[in-house]
Amino acid sequence: MFANCLKSARHNKFGSLARFESTLVIAEHNNETLTPITQAVLSAAKKIGGDITVLVAGTKCGPAAAALCKANGISKVLVAESDAFKGFTPESMTPLILATHKQFNFSHIMAGGSAFGKALIPRVAAKLDVSPVSDVINIKSSDTFVRPIYAGNALQTVKVKDSIKVVTVRGTSFEALPLEGGNAPTEPAPAGEYKSNLIEFIKQELSKSDRPELTSASVVVSGGRGLKSGDNFKLIYSLADKLKAAVGASRAAVDAGYVPNDMQVGQTGKIVAPDLYIAVGISGAIQHLAGMKDSKTIVAINKDPEAPIFQVADYGLVADLFKAVPELTDKL
Amino acid sequence: MSRVLVGVKRVIDYAVKIRVKPDKTGVVTEGVKHSMNPFDEIAIEEAVRMKEKKLADEVIAVSCGPAQAQETLRTALAMGADRAIHVEVSGAEYETLQPLHVSKILAKLAQEEKANIVFIEHGQGELTITREVDGGLEVVKVKTPAVLSADLRLNEPRYATLPNIMKAKKKPIKKVTPKDLQVDTTARIEVVSVEDPPVRQAGSILPDVDALVGKLKEAGHV
Repeated sequence: MFANCLKSARHNKFGSLARFESTLVIAEHNNETLTPITQAVLSAAKKIGGDITVLVAGTKCGPAAAALCKANGISKVLVAESDAFKGFTPESMTPLILATHKQFNFSHIMAGGSAFGKALIPRVAAKLDVSPVSDVINIKSSDTFVRPIYAGNALQTVKVKDSIKVVTVRGTSFEALPLEGGNAPTEPAPAGEYKSNLIEFIKQELSKSDRPELTSASVVVSGGRGLKSGDNFKLIYSLADKLKAAVGASRAAVDAGYVPNDMQVGQTGKIVAPDLYIAVGISGAIQHLAGMKDSKTIVAINKDPEAPIFQVADYGLVADLFKAVPELTDKL
Repeated sequence: MSRVLVGVKRVIDYAVKIRVKPDKTGVVTEGVKHSMNPFDEIAIEEAVRMKEKKLADEVIAVSCGPAQAQETLRTALAMGADRAIHVEVSGAEYETLQPLHVSKILAKLAQEEKANIVFIEHGQGELTITREVDGGLEVVKVKTPAVLSADLRLNEPRYATLPNIMKAKKKPIKKVTPKDLQVDTTARIEVVSVEDPPVRQAGSILPDVDALVGKLKEAGHV
């Protein structure tokens, strides 16, 4: 027992003295609210230890910066508010991050593994001439990370040899750091001419929904090809509303035009890990399982008893969804 | 002359259930069906469509990998690419070849081949692109030369027909090495281990909706 304590004390001392870990977290927000994945990245950053700085860039940074200042364990929030960051284009964000890194010399630069982080982080890594690590699900030490490969069918542990570790974090693999108990100061980020003439943001067409956001919802109800039409998806919506759930879909349902692309769960869509995932009329292809198999409880409703989804489902119901789903909605 | 450079990769076929090696050094690749990465098929298809619309003059397919990467290049040629470049990387060097290395190789080739687009080109020197983002779609305008990456929904790749497969055999594949391109492929990461993910506990099949409602209530979900 004592030896263990001594060992870990020595290890900690070595860690803090020899390495001076300092992490830059790139906040994701939409100029109105902070995106929840940023809180997961902050938890991941805490696992590395050392100093945490958060960078908020955008055309309006106030709300996100104010929320982040309250997070416990952050040393400062750097704010870069400018028209240059319209659309959060990687071409404008990258030089800002490089300038910030030049000033503070971070050991780690991290962002969430969302569309935003995936577009930005590899570009930053290339400019720093380091190899990025994508979609990290566990942090073993300041240079050793675990990430899924082959659609989540294998877990690879990698040790990064580069001096700066540039990583994206899988949001569902880390608890969201609560935005309370802290009082970090805000400071202006290094000033510079960050507007890029290589890219121009034109517009965004976002799907409007009153339901919870898919990647952070605690309950998700997903429909697949078995729904047979976009109209029949209303069965899914009714069940989801009863459960206050977000609605997802398989690629088959998206490709068939039943629902928009941004509802797709899977390797090429969103990764979700809710408390409860209900898969309706989804066979359970490898690519779909990659996006939901870390859910705490999985329920499958499918009329094909051989469907692979039943191999991962905690509770399976072999039934016609057109009968079972309305009945389930009624009885809840 | 507008040229499109398309990176293609030979990977384990997407439908194969992979197996982790018992010594935890990687996944089993010997004797396993390989194909072109599905995203790369889409990129090739888009480049060929650009050529068919006379928006591009030449489509060059590139692959970094061992000798078998040539099969993937032949597939690209059969789909309509004009010529191919095989950047030969094999053995231990290929095991630790990272996106950083491949991007440096592609960057060198894009300069050497004077490609206007690594993947798609538009004559006016400007492209309007719709990107798939988390909440929906986003439209941006980029100046060429530009690098694009294809989403699954960009198009539906064509099947190579037998005559085109025969014709592809006569198309040129140039062979180079990273060294020729002065790209250092020193490993930047060390793979410590590759393991199976945790296996889910086997679940149960329930007789009816009532049983399901009961289980959901029991677990506190409703």
